[in-house]
Amino acid sequence: MSTTDGPTLIPDDASAQEIADREAKMRQRKGWFPGLSDKWNALPRQTQWLILIVVVVIAYLLPILNPPLITTEPGNNWQIALAQMSVYALVAVGLNVVVGYAGLLDLGYVAFFALGSYTAAMFTSPDSPYVHIPYLWTLPLAMAIAMFFGVVLGVPTLRLRGDYLAIVTLGFGEIVRILATIIPAMKGQVGFQNVGHPPGTDSSGQPIFLNSSGTPWYWLTLTIIIVVLLAAGNLERSRVGRAWIAIREDEDAAEIMGVPTFKYKVWAFAIGASVGGLSGALFAGQVGFVNNQKFDIATSILFVAAVVMGGTGNKVGAVLGGALVAYIPLRFTAIAEFKYLIFGAALVVIMIFRPGGLLPARQSLLAYGRLAYNKLKGAVGDIPPSGKVVLEPGKGADNE
Amino acid sequence: MISEVIPTLLHSVPVDDTWITFDVNSFTQNFWSSTFDGLTFGAIYALVALGYTLVYGVLNLINFAHSEVFITGCYGVFFTLSALNFGPSAPRLGFWAIVGNLVLALVVAIIASALMAVIVERVAYKPLRQRKAPRLAFLITAIGVSFAIQYTIYWWRGPSPEAALTMFRPLAIFDVFGTIVDSQQVVIVVAAIILMIATDQFIRRSRTGRGIRAVAQDPDTATLMGVNKEKIIVTTFIIGGILAGAAALFYVMKIPSGVQYNGGFILGVKAFAAAVLGGIGNVRGALLGGLLIGLIGNYGQVLLGSSQWTDVVAFVVLVLVLIVRPEGVLGSSLGKSKA
Repeated sequence: MSTTDGPTLIPDDASAQEIADREAKMRQRKGWFPGLSDKWNALPRQTQWLILIVVVVIAYLLPILNPPLITTEPGNNWQIALAQMSVYALVAVGLNVVVGYAGLLDLGYVAFFALGSYTAAMFTSPDSPYVHIPYLWTLPLAMAIAMFFGVVLGVPTLRLRGDYLAIVTLGFGEIVRILATIIPAMKGQVGFQNVGHPPGTDSSGQPIFLNSSGTPWYWLTLTIIIVVLLAAGNLERSRVGRAWIAIREDEDAAEIMGVPTFKYKVWAFAIGASVGGLSGALFAGQVGFVNNQKFDIATSILFVAAVVMGGTGNKVGAVLGGALVAYIPLRFTAIAEFKYLIFGAALVVIMIFRPGGLLPARQSLLAYGRLAYNKLKGAVGDIPPSGKVVLEPGKGADNE
Repeated sequence: MISEVIPTLLHSVPVDDTWITFDVNSFTQNFWSSTFDGLTFGAIYALVALGYTLVYGVLNLINFAHSEVFITGCYGVFFTLSALNFGPSAPRLGFWAIVGNLVLALVVAIIASALMAVIVERVAYKPLRQRKAPRLAFLITAIGVSFAIQYTIYWWRGPSPEAALTMFRPLAIFDVFGTIVDSQQVVIVVAAIILMIATDQFIRRSRTGRGIRAVAQDPDTATLMGVNKEKIIVTTFIIGGILAGAAALFYVMKIPSGVQYNGGFILGVKAFAAAVLGGIGNVRGALLGGLLIGLIGNYGQVLLGSSQWTDVVAFVVLVLVLIVRPEGVLGSSLGKSKA
């Protein structure tokens, strides 16, 4: 082929080798189950759906099955444990949008969780003097309030380098707890009792959503998780998701390529915050009691640990990580005391040795790049030796 | 006032709980005493802030574990002074005996903190540097190691603060606008300023200091010019540790019962706020930022009526500074500073 005129369009052998080397390196940095995601992606779409349906059905049946060995009983009620695990999983899904997709380290995620909890409590608990609304209405309200604070906090800090965001969110997480303690209207340690719950009674006239019954709460949260996962999956595959991944991989490059990075970072932060608020409201409803003791920075670091353990950027990994972070101290009560120590150390060990976590995220951008390269190479191969390669602008880089 | 408006807007039922109240009277009455106290705290923040600023200048990394480097120093002070029979009440010792004991505690704290700083660097950051990990990875390990250290101390010493240790009874030294300035405040502020000037001069004049500035400016070029980057990084962590150890002594002096597993954490956030306020990476900015955060925090505390407001006010100041002047008051970075 002619290489005399114009720039070469195809990477030469050396750069092809370089790409291959880089991919080989990526493959080495897989998580604990190497090849799992490759195998999954190789399956036909129908099989994927079938497996997913089975998994979801099993997930819904978990509180009834109460599988031996896995169960947290005796020690902790299995249904309530499941409800807590599902709340943590939802938190991890939300935080994964911020940390995993956009690569913004939010160390004060618990603050949004707390905002959601306090919203649910202050609008439903009889201890609160303000307007009372039905519990289910507090869910969207909690999302809106958390999102508002996410934007308020994000706008000044997201223009700066990522490190500032980490420390500002860390401060914010602590401040919300302190404010809950020192502002009289938020009732500090006394807190709000009898937080509301969704309506409905069973045949004996008892409300379905009792604080002592975990199963309905688990099912409710699980349903919400599935909805959020579907939404997150759509976002991930959309223009927004691609922008987030581009920002995560190289913010400067993304900006130069025309991605409005600030706008998308605020979006990621706000969406993450709203899911945090939602999970907080669910948590408040399930536990039925909100005070200032549950929202310390330690919890926030547990959330980050959940996302990192599950696999930063992988939403299924996040669900798994979130559930595990809640599950391990409940199942192995002997080590529950050391959970913060264990998860703190786990963060260091994972980042050094297995940066991918349990289920590493697909290296979407690189994968797309490879795809485009192969397509190009194939296209070039078909061209007669005398012909010139004509590239339509934008076709090569923009791969749908 | 806001506190009366919000509840009436929201609802009907009579509300006795308030949101925020201002106590201007107390503020004007205690203005000078809170100024002097604020400067004392500010000096301590400034010493810790230097540790953040130096590491940030060289590695472009917020060393979240610096608050644990500091609290390690606090435990060093606590154990040394406990061994020397210091207790809740001021010791009955002569002037020079007290000075000797405090110097010993200072040395132990400095060694403990510097050692912890080096351990953190070796365990958490060096492996990542060798693997050329992305920035996010550094931040995550930083918070992870900070957390692991905090809860190791928790596991070892339990959740409650250690017994109070009084080092000496503060003596009134002079009187400003009817407010007494005591020996404790003078000792802390003077010693902190001396240490900061020494650090500043070390970075400006010594050979190692030039190396630190070179690495801060451009690590690769510095390496090409024969600067041992790894050595410079460890040195930077050690200097930060030494200053944190000194800050630990003054902190325990000021707050005798402040030694607690998570005692470093919130102080760390405030010290970082101080570093950003003054201009991160800027050694003189850390001093200015520390004093400002100390003052603002203390004023906020008196005005709003609870000591926990200090942290809230410091945090709000941090966010406001980031909006208005993200480079900090003094701006320039470690590498750019002239010499």
